Amino acid sequence: MAGNKGRGRAAYTFNIEAVGFSKGEKLPDVVLKPPPLFPDTDYKPVPLKTGEGEEYMLALKQELRETMKRMPYFIETPEERQDIERYSKRYMKVYKEEWIPAGPKPKKAKDAGKGTSLTNTADVLKKMEELEKRGDGEKSDEENEEKEGSKEKSKEGDDDDDDDAAEQEEYDEEEQEEENDYINSYFEDGDDFGADSDDNMDEATY
Amino acid sequence: MTQAEIKLCSLLLQEHFGEIVEKIGVHLIRTGSQSLRVIAHDTGTSLDQVKKALCVLVQHNLVSYQVHKRGVVEYEAQCSRVLRMLRYPRYIYTTKTLYSDTGELIVEELLLNGKLTMSAVVKKVADRLTETMEDGKTMDYAEVSNTFVRLADTHFVQRCPSVPTTENSDPGPPPPAPTLVINEKDMYLVPKLSLIGKGKRRRSSDEDAAGEPKAKRPKYTTDNKEPIPDDGIYWQANLDRFHQHFRDQAIVSAVANRMDQTSSEIVRTMLRMSEITTSSSAPFTQPLSSNEIFRSLPVGYNISKQVLDQYLTLLADDPLEFVGKSGDSGGGMYVISILTTCHLLSSFLSRFGSRCARIFRLVLQKKHIEQKQVEDFAMIPAKEAKDMLYKMLSENFMSLQEIPKTPDHAPSRTFYLYTVTILSAARMLLHRCYKSIANLIERRQFETKENKRLLEKSQRVEAIIASMQATGAEEAQLQEIEEMITAPERQQLETLKRNVNKLDASEIQVDETIFLLESYIECTMKRQ
Repeated sequence: MAGNKGRGRAAYTFNIEAVGFSKGEKLPDVVLKPPPLFPDTDYKPVPLKTGEGEEYMLALKQELRETMKRMPYFIETPEERQDIERYSKRYMKVYKEEWIPAGPKPKKAKDAGKGTSLTNTADVLKKMEELEKRGDGEKSDEENEEKEGSKEKSKEGDDDDDDDAAEQEEYDEEEQEEENDYINSYFEDGDDFGADSDDNMDEATY
Repeated sequence: MTQAEIKLCSLLLQEHFGEIVEKIGVHLIRTGSQSLRVIAHDTGTSLDQVKKALCVLVQHNLVSYQVHKRGVVEYEAQCSRVLRMLRYPRYIYTTKTLYSDTGELIVEELLLNGKLTMSAVVKKVADRLTETMEDGKTMDYAEVSNTFVRLADTHFVQRCPSVPTTENSDPGPPPPAPTLVINEKDMYLVPKLSLIGKGKRRRSSDEDAAGEPKAKRPKYTTDNKEPIPDDGIYWQANLDRFHQHFRDQAIVSAVANRMDQTSSEIVRTMLRMSEITTSSSAPFTQPLSSNEIFRSLPVGYNISKQVLDQYLTLLADDPLEFVGKSGDSGGGMYVISILTTCHLLSSFLSRFGSRCARIFRLVLQKKHIEQKQVEDFAMIPAKEAKDMLYKMLSENFMSLQEIPKTPDHAPSRTFYLYTVTILSAARMLLHRCYKSIANLIERRQFETKENKRLLEKSQRVEAIIASMQATGAEEAQLQEIEEMITAPERQQLETLKRNVNKLDASEIQVDETIFLLESYIECTMKRQ
């Protein structure tokens, strides 16, 4: 309609001079494909800063990366079972301390009546409540203990602890008897190093 | 949260905490606050694992929780806090420069573990330091505690909010999750009593063990029968304070570059004096009289009062407005905007060339300028100028302002003015930075994965050599083992190492830019 002016010759609604093309000049080609993935840059990037501080930070960064992987906070994905149990796998396992905060206590059914949610959520909420009610003290105490491989959660006699404590004790022994670089005597301070771990004492190997 | 930020968070979480935590964390960042069951359902992971992951995230202050009405607990992730993980090396290094190795290790432990009690920190750090010292010497707990107290006094570490003690008296059912409170003035209060007593006892037990090798220290000491004196008081690193420090550093170095060393010292003194009195995001420091400054100047600088006054006047009159007279005696935020501009400029230089930078600076200076004028003022041929202008426009570093001459806004009769808004340009650049760091991390992971076989091999060879050396092997055998890695493989390893180092270093430096841009955006938003 209105666009077809001058028998096929293009005419613009604005002053073409302003954009930069003089009259009659060839317009740039229409772009038919996406721009290249790695276009050439005309200019080299500014070189990186180097100096004592930077080098130190670099070493720190790499060290931190390694350390994080070994911390108990690094939760590894459980591998899917392989068809053949490889012999060498047994000797390549890295022993990491297990960090379990005041976790699930399935036997604890003394729900003080939340009432508003389904039993499942009540249960879950109760677990979280357990987690929080003891305050972070409990959680981190355990975390501290767990990290050293010595599990003792004998706070204010909670029966349900025994379950977990029992499982963890077995794990504990297994870990302690393993020949590794961890100093078995090293442990977190302060926590009740109760009677249960007495039997482990005799087996402490150095 | 932009896609780029989410991608970066996911990479960081994965690198530091593993895949499960990453999945949960990213899900929370994407969808806002959610409750436990919904998370488990949406991500398809078992409830047990979700709980574990959440515990890790809460421990590291990356996720917070809240009790909503109806007793549902909802978890919310702090995306910006995840991005801080990039900056850990910088925090640790800064502490090293300020408080030497002890302080450095304290902050490192706090950052690695999220929250810790003071006794735990002191113990860990003392043990670590003892390991690096010669045999027979042990690190005194008291010294570590002193450094800790100093860190607390200068606000580099702060207390975590804790469970309020009144909860025990609550007769009704306890809430599903406590609302943690922290008293403002308690935040830096170090539990003094327990400190002293503990120190003595620990020291004695340490000294007893000093004679024997550490491994033989008896597992059982009397200390552990008693509960920790500062149970429930957890400490975390105060990242805001670190940011304030970085900002001050940037300001001081900018002043030093612009003027001389002495004026930068003056500015540094002013900033230090107002370190604790000013909150970290205030635009100006508290007014300081020149007398106060004079008194607090470091001992080495014996300049007379008059000279000081002269310097102050100089600083005040400087067009960059570092220091203002009377009312506002510290133009902290002005400097940040200047620094941001410099960064934008330098990024232009690297990407588009110096001419582009010239145009950018010109538009910045003139605020609004027409296309024709750009060519004239910048003395750049028309075609190039237009090309660059449009490129910048397309990247959103510039914007157009239309001023119509006629009411019908006809294009041929409208003025088009180019203008730069630093805020939007800063945001653009920030976004690019996030993307680039994500790319850097991905590339690094790719490189490491490609050469995994080679890396493992070299590690094994090193282990073999080390064990053989320990058992006293001959030179020839060692040579033989070393040759297990062929020369081209060695070269490949070298290249890999160099590349990874470069990528890591780039990450650290891009993070510095990110810090500057983020603080600029934050303070500009606050001012509006």
